[in-house]
Amino acid sequence: MSRIRKILGTLLFFSCLSGTLLLGVQATTGNGAEKSPAGAKTTLKGVIVTEEDLLYEKECGSCHFPYQPWWLPERSWEKLMSGLQNHFGESAELTPATQQQLTGWLRNHAAEHSTIGRARGMLRSIKADATPLRITESGYFRRKHHELPRQVWQENPAVRSLARCDACHPRAELGSFNEHEVKIPGVGRWDD
Amino acid sequence: MKQLPTLAAGVLLTFAAATAIGGTVVEALLAGYRGAGASAFDATRGKALYNGTFPGEKPSEVRQCTTCHGVDPNKPGLHPRTGKTIAPLSPGANPARLQNPDEVEKWFQRNCTWTLGRPCTPQEKGDFLTYLQGL
Repeated sequence: MSRIRKILGTLLFFSCLSGTLLLGVQATTGNGAEKSPAGAKTTLKGVIVTEEDLLYEKECGSCHFPYQPWWLPERSWEKLMSGLQNHFGESAELTPATQQQLTGWLRNHAAEHSTIGRARGMLRSIKADATPLRITESGYFRRKHHELPRQVWQENPAVRSLARCDACHPRAELGSFNEHEVKIPGVGRWDD
Repeated sequence: MKQLPTLAAGVLLTFAAATAIGGTVVEALLAGYRGAGASAFDATRGKALYNGTFPGEKPSEVRQCTTCHGVDPNKPGLHPRTGKTIAPLSPGANPARLQNPDEVEKWFQRNCTWTLGRPCTPQEKGDFLTYLQGL
């Protein structure tokens, strides 16, 4: 009898322990982001992101696709972030502290600081005396999208604007714009 | 099996606490608006503001809260230019809403400027929150 009790007790102990462990795992992943030892945060998807990544996604990504900072040079982010009162016709005002924090982060991760091929291509296509605010107006972007007839995007109710990267690039939020992944809503794969 | 009712009670308590906190945030905001000169708040006026139409930059352009948030605040909206889905505005449908006073003020600042072409008055803000709370 006492042996059975002992076994049951052990079983109970381990089930409680695993329950606690499970709860612990839920507690750390439940809010979607938790501090890792490196000071960065991990999301449920396992992608390591910093506090500023999350702030950028929240403050800028509420209204539009959160464009990766390496799509524009530092001077463009600087100009864009100093004119948030009239952000393409809308007010996107932030508190001075948040604006400063995000401007610093955008500049630090701008095209000049990136080794990504697309960032280099983007930089090369922008004239030295130009400070573009729209990624879509750059030579690089135009070259990559020039073959698209207006019917598949401008007249396509599920796309409408070329500013909506993720409408056709399924992994745009992860920074992947591979042309073999392109899928235009209502049209299908667009591989040229 | 005893754990089940305990768990259910815990969930209910947490939910009740969260609801109470939400109420407190809005209550504090409303008290602030009263302090800034607003009188009694009215959900009907808030609803009228939500559905109101305002002139845009071009003569043909009409601006409304519904332009982005949709006719029904209990349902998701859509930013007309960027195509971004906007989570429901009503705290009944989206418990994350009206939980942070700074967020509420930030969005009033941004969106009153675009929609009305000016900041909202404390009276308008209070009416608007009262309408959303009652949905």
